Amino acid sequence: MYVSPIREPLVTGKKTYKKITDEISAPIEGKPGKAWYAGITLTVSALLLGLAMMGYTIWQGIGTWGLNKTIGWGWGITNFVWWVGIGHAGTFISAILLLFRQKWRTSINRSAEAMTLFAVMCAGLFPLIHMGRPLLGFFVFPYPNTRELWVNFNSPLLWDVFAISTYFTVSLLFWYVGLIPDIGTIRDRMKSKFKKWIYGLLSFGWTGSAKHWQRHESISLILAGLAAPLVLSVHSIVSTDFATSVIPGWHTTIFPPYFVAGAIFSGFAMVLTLLIVTRKVLNLENYITVGHIESMNKIIIATGSIVGIAYITELFIAWYSGVEYEQYAFLNRATGPYWWAYLIMMTCNVISPQLLWFKKLRRNLVFTFILSIFINIGMWFERFVIIVTSLHRDYLPSSWSMYEPTMVEVGIFIGTLGLFFTCFLLFIRVFPVIAIAEVKSVLKSSGDQKDKSETKEKH
Amino acid sequence: MRRYISAYFEDEENLLRATKDLRDKQLTIQDVLTPFPIHGLDPILGFKRSRIPTIGFIGGAIGCIIAFGFQAWAFVVDYPLFIGGKPHFAIPSFIPITFELTVLFAAFAMVFAFLIRSKLGPGANNPIHDERITDDRFLIIVDLDEAGNQDELVKEILLKEEAQDIKVKEIDK
Repeated sequence: MYVSPIREPLVTGKKTYKKITDEISAPIEGKPGKAWYAGITLTVSALLLGLAMMGYTIWQGIGTWGLNKTIGWGWGITNFVWWVGIGHAGTFISAILLLFRQKWRTSINRSAEAMTLFAVMCAGLFPLIHMGRPLLGFFVFPYPNTRELWVNFNSPLLWDVFAISTYFTVSLLFWYVGLIPDIGTIRDRMKSKFKKWIYGLLSFGWTGSAKHWQRHESISLILAGLAAPLVLSVHSIVSTDFATSVIPGWHTTIFPPYFVAGAIFSGFAMVLTLLIVTRKVLNLENYITVGHIESMNKIIIATGSIVGIAYITELFIAWYSGVEYEQYAFLNRATGPYWWAYLIMMTCNVISPQLLWFKKLRRNLVFTFILSIFINIGMWFERFVIIVTSLHRDYLPSSWSMYEPTMVEVGIFIGTLGLFFTCFLLFIRVFPVIAIAEVKSVLKSSGDQKDKSETKEKH
Repeated sequence: MRRYISAYFEDEENLLRATKDLRDKQLTIQDVLTPFPIHGLDPILGFKRSRIPTIGFIGGAIGCIIAFGFQAWAFVVDYPLFIGGKPHFAIPSFIPITFELTVLFAAFAMVFAFLIRSKLGPGANNPIHDERITDDRFLIIVDLDEAGNQDELVKEILLKEEAQDIKVKEIDK
């Protein structure tokens, strides 16, 4: 029976169930290549540099950073917001696209969610170090204490503590529940007794029983339903860190939706950066196809355009409000001493994604890879612009100042990049990068077989 | 003595048809083990809807009440402190944390319910019938009566759907 292809297949190469298992498990079973060792050497070196700089900061104090009385938030908070934003794409892919029944998510959700977890880990480090005395970090939790005080529940900074920790925990649960069946697959393939025992422990004794699958499907759906508003709430709350303070350039109601769109935008850029390399290195081109890349690029245009409109709306409202300080804040952003940062932000975030309207460019891997790096840079500068340009010239001209990061701050940022990529490199060696069971379940409807019974092995 | 028959299919559509036939003949299916969730299998096996959503709701409701109640108690009763001239009972600023804890409690409740009800967890020692059921085999286990009257009927249905490795097993109780 010939079924005419209406949609582009999501899994190409005429796969059988067995082939899917073999190919996705291959990176875990094989020995890592030279590229992997080279990669992890580089990322671990970056991580060690970061750890040294963090240690130095904690030992010497926050004075080792380029902050001053006027500019109290610099690279540290910029990096925090940037990393949290990157995390958002993973949850968007696994939760919101699940609710919308987008089958193409099955090939990318596992790695995107892993990326979420690692990005949130990197993000969480910054506020902790920024406290100056991270050993007292537990003061942020409302526990009965000898100071006889509670934390300030009216403060967005405290909301952030709850938002980020809940986000990390729920993402971890969601990710792990999804992993259980696939860890079972790996367990059943392992030859060595020790590895079998380890994966057996991690698989929680998964058997694949129909009743378990029914519960698994039910829990995945409801967790997605919970994670979808959660991911929107997290960056909204991060944006209230700024929006509730009376600083020109921060005190705007547009912040929550604008931050959420920006977060998904930057997150998809990071997913593309990672997956374009991963699919090539791990030979997964049949699972993460050019069609997948194109779908992600479409989301990039949508969210990138929302971000562009938000920038323009901000400018318009600043002018229309008639508030002198607000008007100056935005004029100063574009033409003041940090004009170059504003220009980078505008070019990378507003202009460059518009090129994706061309189908040829959307489906071009090299172009997409370069563009994704541009967006990562652009979104980093967005946060830098919001934080530094708003702070450096506020109400009192006598306290106007400039900010420049020190090597310590740069080193910590490089360190978190190292942490992120080290975790990702370890992840691809230990767990299946693609959700094996989920890809199998869409194989018949979205594979490129002419006859749907070709999914079984030939004898 | 307990007797059952096990066999595997290589395609989920064979499994679905065989399961339906077996259920129509009033035979008891002990379990079906598959590498991925098969759509349409639950109603054939006569499964009731999972109660995990309900547990999630209860967990979420508890989280919601605890979070809101605690914030209100701490700021209104235990230590009323003026913060920027805002009211002590500031409902809007309690909402973000209330929402986060609702989600957190619901997620934990569901995951624990799922693991406990399915008897899954670190160190769970469930028997593995065939190492390829997590790969590409769809295994079915059908209960048989002690006298062996059902054996032929079950085998016939299984063979019709190209089942392989049909085995009758007996366990002494």
